Amino acid sequence: MAETGTYLYAIAQDLGRPLAAAVVGVAGAPVHTITHEGLVAYVSPVPLDEFGEEPLRRSLEDLDWVGETARAHHRVVEAVSEETPTAPVRLVTVYTGEDQVRDLLRHRHDDFAAVLAHVTGRREWGVKAYAAPAAADSPAEGESVAESGKPGTAYLQRRRASLRNREDVWRRAAEQAEHVHAALAAASVASHRHRPQDPELSGREDPMVLNGAYLVDEDRAEEFVAVVDGLRGQGIDLELTGPWAPYSFTVLDLGTAGLEVLDDT
Amino acid sequence: MTPDRRPRGAALAAQGRLPAERVALVDLLDRLLAGGVVVSGDLVLSIADIDLVRISLRALITSVRASDTIPSAHPPGAVTVVRTSEATTPASAPGPPDHGAPR
Repeated sequence: MAETGTYLYAIAQDLGRPLAAAVVGVAGAPVHTITHEGLVAYVSPVPLDEFGEEPLRRSLEDLDWVGETARAHHRVVEAVSEETPTAPVRLVTVYTGEDQVRDLLRHRHDDFAAVLAHVTGRREWGVKAYAAPAAADSPAEGESVAESGKPGTAYLQRRRASLRNREDVWRRAAEQAEHVHAALAAASVASHRHRPQDPELSGREDPMVLNGAYLVDEDRAEEFVAVVDGLRGQGIDLELTGPWAPYSFTVLDLGTAGLEVLDDT
Repeated sequence: MTPDRRPRGAALAAQGRLPAERVALVDLLDRLLAGGVVVSGDLVLSIADIDLVRISLRALITSVRASDTIPSAHPPGAVTVVRTSEATTPASAPGPPDHGAPR
């Protein structure tokens, strides 16, 4: 039988009861909890022949595997965050055993409590802005030039106009994105800008000019969405995603420092 | 001189877009790989130790782009504006300047 590790999904405020519905994690294993003084860790066992260091190096190069794992991880985080304040843990965090997770909760109790207090009653919203496609580029103008009888020249002129136009569109969009981000930051408790997605990954040809995340009080969500709607147009397309678990606002880097303490237990 | 045989839109359309499911995955990976609690150390294995996903995604982007003719239109003189914007915001500029014309 393969050795198992402990996959950690999230740290949350202890509900004092199980989740409303059982949830299945990565590798098809049911998720269970480890609790310590008001904190709860959601974990599941994973086979180390798949989640050990060497196999992981290969798996992480496989986008399908990453996608499947990300969705399973997300499913657990979603289920938990719908019921209690949650700090998601970064994708693929595997402990050698449950005792180590328990120790993490014990030694980093105050850090987690602070992070959880920050996100309590709040949700994350994502807003992406794209430079709106250059509508009605310049074909009309081009046609009239074409009639002058020099199609080659007309083509180049059209081409130039088109590039210039695309450039203007992008510049205006980038400026507008700054304005949008400032307005959304003002309408939220905290904000974070992710790197704009490459067109090949975003699936849209239009350049992304903003990939923002905003932490919003639950009872002010409608207000926030209204602010987003009010910012639409003006050279950019806005895409709203969420609400998300507060992934972008629970960044907490627990390096080896906390774990060294384990030695004297 | 052939200034441009394949406009950007056509080039991208020809490749086909990523399916909707994957598009959402990208939003998810933004968060799962850049957000959340990071633990690393002897008793744990984490992305912090194996920083390959980023490399993998970058490889994906690069490989897709390498076969792409996007920025190849080296238009005559007047249209140097394209470059200025690159300098302003490289991350979201319309196209990398260093691709050269595919032959």
